[in-house]
Amino acid sequence: MDAIKTIDLTKKYKDLTAVDDLNLTVRQGELLSLLGVNGAGKTTTIKMLTGLVRPTSGDAFLNGKSILTDSAAVKNMIAVSPQETAVAPNLTVRENLELMAGVHGFSKAETKDKVAELSDHFGLGEIANKRAGKLSGGWQRRLSIAMALISDPLILFLDEPTLGLDVLARSDLWDMIGALKGKMTVVLTTHYMEEAEALSDRVAILKSGRLLCTGTPAQIKAKAGTDKFDEAFVRLVKEEQP
Amino acid sequence: MKGLAFSKRNDLEILRDPLNLFFGVGFPIVLLLLLTVIQRNIPVALFEIEHLAPGIVVFGLSFMTLFSATLIAKDRGSSFLQRLYTTPLTAGDFILGYLLPILPICIAQSVICYAAAVLLGLKVTIHILTSVLCTLPVAFLFVSLGLLCGSIFTDKQVGGICGALLTNLTAWLSGIWFDLGLVGGAFQRIANLLPFVHAVEMERAVLCGDYAGVFPHIWWVSGYAAAVTAIAVFAFLRQMKRQ
Repeated sequence: MDAIKTIDLTKKYKDLTAVDDLNLTVRQGELLSLLGVNGAGKTTTIKMLTGLVRPTSGDAFLNGKSILTDSAAVKNMIAVSPQETAVAPNLTVRENLELMAGVHGFSKAETKDKVAELSDHFGLGEIANKRAGKLSGGWQRRLSIAMALISDPLILFLDEPTLGLDVLARSDLWDMIGALKGKMTVVLTTHYMEEAEALSDRVAILKSGRLLCTGTPAQIKAKAGTDKFDEAFVRLVKEEQP
Repeated sequence: MKGLAFSKRNDLEILRDPLNLFFGVGFPIVLLLLLTVIQRNIPVALFEIEHLAPGIVVFGLSFMTLFSATLIAKDRGSSFLQRLYTTPLTAGDFILGYLLPILPICIAQSVICYAAAVLLGLKVTIHILTSVLCTLPVAFLFVSLGLLCGSIFTDKQVGGICGALLTNLTAWLSGIWFDLGLVGGAFQRIANLLPFVHAVEMERAVLCGDYAGVFPHIWWVSGYAAAVTAIAVFAFLRQMKRQ
């Protein structure tokens, strides 16, 4: 079964069609990057898939569960790390992780184990008692991803996870995201082409709400007739301009 | 259980903000102290401690709207709420999670205010306990107003509307600082149509053991609390849908 399958997924806001008849498939355990310029429909797509926004028409199935008719089951299998850092600033790192365990209904023992495991995995142990609002951008983003992983999601959505981070922090996060490959299905949106190329099994390029093409980074480069991924992206997007 | 985790988070966010502690506890106590000193130098019946303390308790509770609304507006402004909307938490968990955890803070604030009033000469009676319990509908009114404002306004707007406008409305239209009858006319009529003066009169009646005097004020306060809660729930659900 596909991890994600969208069928004619569409979102319209009055005169604007943010996502237009999107038909996209993401395989189990795959890391798919959604690429596109601003306004291409990446974030709206993620918002529909995570139940934040109701589609105008069409449907999407996450591990066979419809986002329209089975949203509770969908919510139990997904996790999101939003574009902006979404942490509770006056709570400590540990309390933020405990909060996410709590809202997923974990018992005390499960919470303790899971918090210890993620703190260890993400190197958060030393700052466990520090308030999240006092952390640097890179550490907040790291915590944000750890919070998303606490429920062992089957599908993880990362909306521009490295936006605004310095080179070292970005490199650290790449390692962490790369380590998730194969363990769960990951859908990533990014503006950084090198990030998409380095991390993705496949990429999907969106333009004006429509799916332009999908393929591995190598296939995308071959299609555009260049060996540079960022150049391939620009060519493909520009080629389609009216 | 899931909602409890969210409620606990909201409590911690409010209690760990030093400004909240200052305005929630420090400021009412300073006012109580200051007006008691003034009353000792220039005796005014309105500022006698058994008259003043219930008013300060109600005025203190008006800051809960600011705290609650700021928390909700900030959560909405950041991606934090969006993240939580993708979890198994239900709409009811969010609404109760924003309303209920602030009520114990309200009770604690009232207890601290009355304890300070006792130190300043308020006679210790069982009526203090009843007065604290009677703050519940008042607290619910202010906390629901917080949910309403937090669901509609941005955190910056909340600062102006709840921090300045609402606290001033509570102060001027409640009869805490001056007898509304001295102004009379439209001012008094408007004040009597709003819940603030009724909240203060209800508290004053309970504190002096005049339980019959609670009526009709408790109906005004409870009615406003119920209406504001209903509107606040509607506003919250509407913004949740929009997000």
